[in-house]
Amino acid sequence: MRITKIYGEPDMNRGILWRVVLAGFAILICLIYLIPSLPIYNTLPDWAKKILPNKKIHLGLDLRGGIHLVLDVDVNKAVETHLDRMIDDLRHEMRKHKIRYLKIERVGLKGIDIRLMREKNSDVLNSIVKRNYPELKVIQKGKLISLILKPEAKTKIMNMAVEQALETIRNRVDQFGVSEPDIRKQQNNTILVQLPGIKDPRRAIKLIGKTALLEFKLVDDEHSVEEALKGRIPPGDEILYQIKKDPRTGREIKIPFLLKKRTLLTGEYITDARVQIDPRTNEPYVLLTFDSRGARIFARITGENIKKRLAIILDKKVYSAPVIQDEITGGRAQITGAFTMQEAHDLAIVLRAGALPAPVKVIEERTVGPSLGRDSIEKGIKAALVGGASVIVFMAVYYNLAGIIADFALILNILFIMSGLAMFGATLTLPGIAGIILTIGMAVDANVLIFERIREELRSGKGPTAAIDTGYGRAFITILDANITTLIAALILFQFGTGPIRGFAVTMSIGIVANMFTAIFVTRIIFDYLYAIKGLKKVMI
Amino acid sequence: MEIIKPGININFIGKRKIAYLISGSLILITLFLLIWKGPRYGVDFTGGVVIQVRFDKKKSINEIREALKPIHLNDSIIQEFKGKEAEYLIRVRKTNIDLAKVHDQVKDALLAKFKKGVDIRRVEMVGPKIGKELKQKALLAIFYSILFIAIYISGRFEMKWMMSIVMAAALIISVYTASSLGVKITWLIFIAMVVTLGLCWFLRLRYALGAIIALIHDVTITIGAFLITQKEISLAIVAALLTIVGYSLNDTIIVFDRIRENLRKPKKQPFPILINRSINETLSRTVLTSSTTLFVVLALFFLGGKVIHDFAFAMLVGIAVGTYSSIFVASPILLIWKEEFGKK
Repeated sequence: MRITKIYGEPDMNRGILWRVVLAGFAILICLIYLIPSLPIYNTLPDWAKKILPNKKIHLGLDLRGGIHLVLDVDVNKAVETHLDRMIDDLRHEMRKHKIRYLKIERVGLKGIDIRLMREKNSDVLNSIVKRNYPELKVIQKGKLISLILKPEAKTKIMNMAVEQALETIRNRVDQFGVSEPDIRKQQNNTILVQLPGIKDPRRAIKLIGKTALLEFKLVDDEHSVEEALKGRIPPGDEILYQIKKDPRTGREIKIPFLLKKRTLLTGEYITDARVQIDPRTNEPYVLLTFDSRGARIFARITGENIKKRLAIILDKKVYSAPVIQDEITGGRAQITGAFTMQEAHDLAIVLRAGALPAPVKVIEERTVGPSLGRDSIEKGIKAALVGGASVIVFMAVYYNLAGIIADFALILNILFIMSGLAMFGATLTLPGIAGIILTIGMAVDANVLIFERIREELRSGKGPTAAIDTGYGRAFITILDANITTLIAALILFQFGTGPIRGFAVTMSIGIVANMFTAIFVTRIIFDYLYAIKGLKKVMI
Repeated sequence: MEIIKPGININFIGKRKIAYLISGSLILITLFLLIWKGPRYGVDFTGGVVIQVRFDKKKSINEIREALKPIHLNDSIIQEFKGKEAEYLIRVRKTNIDLAKVHDQVKDALLAKFKKGVDIRRVEMVGPKIGKELKQKALLAIFYSILFIAIYISGRFEMKWMMSIVMAAALIISVYTASSLGVKITWLIFIAMVVTLGLCWFLRLRYALGAIIALIHDVTITIGAFLITQKEISLAIVAALLTIVGYSLNDTIIVFDRIRENLRKPKKQPFPILINRSINETLSRTVLTSSTTLFVVLALFFLGGKVIHDFAFAMLVGIAVGTYSSIFVASPILLIWKEEFGKK
């Protein structure tokens, strides 16, 4: 046989030496990579930590508890907002240049239509647009000017919205205090958020998903709300609600407000927001501090509208609408509204971290409570121990000494999987544990094939060394094939799988590759040592 | 120790007609159920919400349903886990509601009714858009695994790598044309399988043909087991199916390698006897390799917990069927082939 020739040389001692060195080296590397994942790592002195690799096995959310969220950023809304803001600016510009117009409106996500009073004004308007808004293309049909948003500009706005949302969410999570959060952009304008070890998932989801668009608008006291509710909303006005809980019944009540549509000030100028306690009512409120520009705008608004009511609106809900008593110049404002301490605290966080540029929607949520995670680990370990023990005992009983050698290879295989996970900084999930358990069952397959072949050769009258040689040689190709087909499946699973399933694919793949080394290479060394060098006469198999 | 004695000689090939009957009817049942009832997909694929909740003491399913009435989710599927603990699974299959709020609403509704002792242990909410994406991904994964494994074994078994390249090219072209015509992915998988089998036939890749038929046989029957038991097919189950695709081939490979080894021996034997001898010679290892894997899968099935239970079930069925098919399906296919072409 081909393979017999390689190992059958007279310099067996030297052959075995380099193989032992190689195996020992591999095992040593594995052990070193495994140390950071073990509890002893924390008790090591600093110099030792510096030498050792710093990657370790992470536990998946399904094992340590936590939330996995996929957020869909409403990028269309971001485009709408962008166009609306342009309309505001254009109005201002046209007023400045004394251009009279009949109407100006947004056309879906396409752009802006302006109908002018006089066609001759169009040249001025054209030059304004060219100068200030390179992202718009001008198409003129008489008095109707269509400003079309260029596709590349639209994509840029959308991408910016996702980037900004990512940044804002990252800020919020940081302030909320989560260890090892994973926040990432994904394709199709979605953001992945993974927060391990969260105790109150509902609170975290609320905090992340809140748009937190803070607006200040004037209450329209000249018209009656009742009339507006019947459908006769005065032009330039809108109805928004304040939501209160009835202290006696606990039911929600909605109080309508008729507001001027124009937003006077938004939360973008906020530099700080913190929770304060009102000494009179003992209720928490959020104190906002504006930057100098925000403070100037706020002073102007309050100065111009004394005795009118200013509504403070968060995400289209009215929080309060106090009467302006005097011009406020300090750049401070407060949001009150029957908060609990926790609500006030979370509101302060989102206001500090800033508003999301566009609303987000949770399109996938996977939450695992910490108790279930612990259960899963316990059960996984139990299944692994029982399954592993039965395989080990079976092999030892069925194949005697050879079985014990295979068992040694099996334990080595598990060590390789664990350190492989650590080496790649991979995540161990519940399906990942299942993958390890499966690998335990499949890993000995290679040895079964080899041992059965050796038995066959022995029966046909071959001596120990010859039988072992042929056994390994003949079984090798079959083992390789079997492992390759399983590996193909595992790799495809890795490519297409998500989250926990990937963990399964990772442990399986590492297990299969390690299996070739432990079950063939390492066991062969032991067999060669026992039979070719020590010269054992009877193969205990 | 030996379980299967070396000199064993069971007439497997002689009983192949019975095996055809069993396999054929199992596959027919699966196809029938697939068309008639369709598989029950998990929320991973349909979209929806699954909430696993534990109470401090047992509740009746009706009580829980009653609690969900105010939020109009009383038509959800509510299941009780077997065991000492008062643990339940609530499945909301609607997708036309704001799924993001269901987690909140259910917790509040349960608290309102039972006051305390409500522990939400797991929530899986998948929006319909994500569900569609995941389904697409799962189908693609199945498709590619069949593709690559077919290419690998047709090249490897026959040592005709050129042919396997021809085969890969033909497969890719046919699938590409089909997909550019807007064919759905489920049909793509079907087309890919038919093309693969057809190519094996025409290119006379008989070992590959046997192995791939055995593979399809195993996966189909495993899916059938899920249809019969009304278990849900989730992402984890797709993972199990792919593992079966990879693993069930192992036994087939063992037998086929032995058949080819015996074919090379100078002593000529009639083909059916040679196949039967090869199966018997490798029977011990076929049974042993499957058993060790079955040990651990059984441990997983009984001890691994609820989350992994169905996954273990799929593996259990797949490994059992895979072992059976390597003896009764894959090898007899070689024989059918020989009877067809051998006479020429």
